[in-house]
Amino acid sequence: MVGETELQPAPPTPPHAEQRRAEIGAPILTVEDLTIRYGNKVALANASFEVRKHEIFGIVGPANSGKTSFLRALNRMDEFVHTMRVDGRVSFAGRDLSTVRNLYALRRMIGVVFPLPVGLPLSIYDNVALAPRLAGVRNRSDLDETVERCLTRAALWDEVKDRLQSLGSLLSGGQQQRLTIARALSQDPQLLLLDEFSIAVDPVTTMRIEEVLKELRHELTIVLVTNLVQQARRLADRTAFFLNGTCVEVGETERLFAGGAKDQRTADYLEGRFG
Amino acid sequence: MTDLTFSPSRTEQRALTNQRLLRLGFLAVTLLLLIPAGAILAVLVIEGAPGMTWEFLTEMPRDGGAAGGIATALVGTVWLTATALAVALPLGVAAAIYLSEYARDNWLTRTINIAIVNLAGVPSIVHALFGVGAFVYFMQFGKSILAAGCTLAVMTLPVVIVSTRESLQAVPHSFREACWNMGATRWQTIWRIVLPNSGSGILTGLILCVCRAVGETAPIMFTGAVFLRQVFPNGLFDKSMALSLHLFNVSTQVTDVPREIPFAVALTLILVVLSMNGVAIYFRMKLRGRKKW
Repeated sequence: MVGETELQPAPPTPPHAEQRRAEIGAPILTVEDLTIRYGNKVALANASFEVRKHEIFGIVGPANSGKTSFLRALNRMDEFVHTMRVDGRVSFAGRDLSTVRNLYALRRMIGVVFPLPVGLPLSIYDNVALAPRLAGVRNRSDLDETVERCLTRAALWDEVKDRLQSLGSLLSGGQQQRLTIARALSQDPQLLLLDEFSIAVDPVTTMRIEEVLKELRHELTIVLVTNLVQQARRLADRTAFFLNGTCVEVGETERLFAGGAKDQRTADYLEGRFG
Repeated sequence: MTDLTFSPSRTEQRALTNQRLLRLGFLAVTLLLLIPAGAILAVLVIEGAPGMTWEFLTEMPRDGGAAGGIATALVGTVWLTATALAVALPLGVAAAIYLSEYARDNWLTRTINIAIVNLAGVPSIVHALFGVGAFVYFMQFGKSILAAGCTLAVMTLPVVIVSTRESLQAVPHSFREACWNMGATRWQTIWRIVLPNSGSGILTGLILCVCRAVGETAPIMFTGAVFLRQVFPNGLFDKSMALSLHLFNVSTQVTDVPREIPFAVALTLILVVLSMNGVAIYFRMKLRGRKKW
């Protein structure tokens, strides 16, 4: 939305690439033949790929390509969206998601950040303390510790530490988005899903959040859906290209952007020739 | 040049004149609405004020209402309204939560919605007969405050359900999704996010419920309200007088009633409704005043 792609020159080959490769582990998320329908409409068809532990997995593609539907399937939102149907197999940490009975525990392991920031109409403190409280934490000092740690990691602590009791839903857009990230982190997730997080955020905040994500990837796995191709280039270790409900290609970000895309449509999209 | 550009053409002139006339017309119609409201209040105050004394409010009625006060009727109305609220509010809010937060769009939900609309359209005298059958005889409450309160509750339920459902729906869906994604159950989401932010709509339902319960006569006259009583009710299974029925009686059923008494009863009835509304409106404004998103 903001023309932030122009702000920074395209980065050179990421430093420490070797080190990153060593850090990235076995697949934590395996997608096999995943098809998502809403009623009769197919949102994503026959997608198959895997996401590895500690990597930032980028998903790029134009609108209506099935990116958000994929994230919703991971969190089993079909429980709440009655028309949504998920076929195929998604395994998270070795467990087939369709067999998970305790969906609430599953969702606690997966943090989500939405395109538009959602500051709940609670105080800043209560926003971040909500997930621990839902999980049964009552001890005040434990909650204090979690709130400070998560807000600090989301690069928001310094701005709000003196007004933790004011409403989270009245913060500015960029602050609310960092609050949303802090809230997602307060669940202690294994997997963090970000859905076009920078769409309503100013360029400076976007950069701050990107720095945060670079830190977080050492501790957890991130799936980054983005409409900014350059953002995927800056952050993602591997990138998938979705188009019209199909996963066209998955590859090392470096290789894709160096002109190594196997599919012509991927190359065209990444170079901005359509979409 | 400027004059030429900005002076209205003939069509524009006509549109502007129309616009002014229409505005005045709509305003006039709206002001007409004030006439009945103002007239009712004026007549009641002018005619009823001489009868409105402390003794009138606190003494027991005598001679079928032709003498004495209205203490038992006033207290009886409070009992009936409170009972109706105690039954209608929890049931109505629970039903609204189900319809807004849990129900899928299927034939059952559609049937329930149609039933609610129809329930709101049932005449109060029919509710009265239903109350006699269901509460007085079938549930064996007898002719009592409980039976009358339940009848009033059934009658006001649709209002409570609809206004509560509207206010639940007014809480943005994104809040719910954020909570669900954190692993909150539907109920945890409702309890922590949705309900605390729909207080003003629930209060609106409560106001409407009180207004109808205080004013209705037909549903209570067969189910628990009596013509004359000189002791206060001592429980839910006791009978009681009610202001609305008392007004009907002193206006039409009793002879030789001093002229100011029916007006004073009506004025009291209006004041009870207005004061209860006032309290609810005050809280509603307090809730609404704080912008939360």
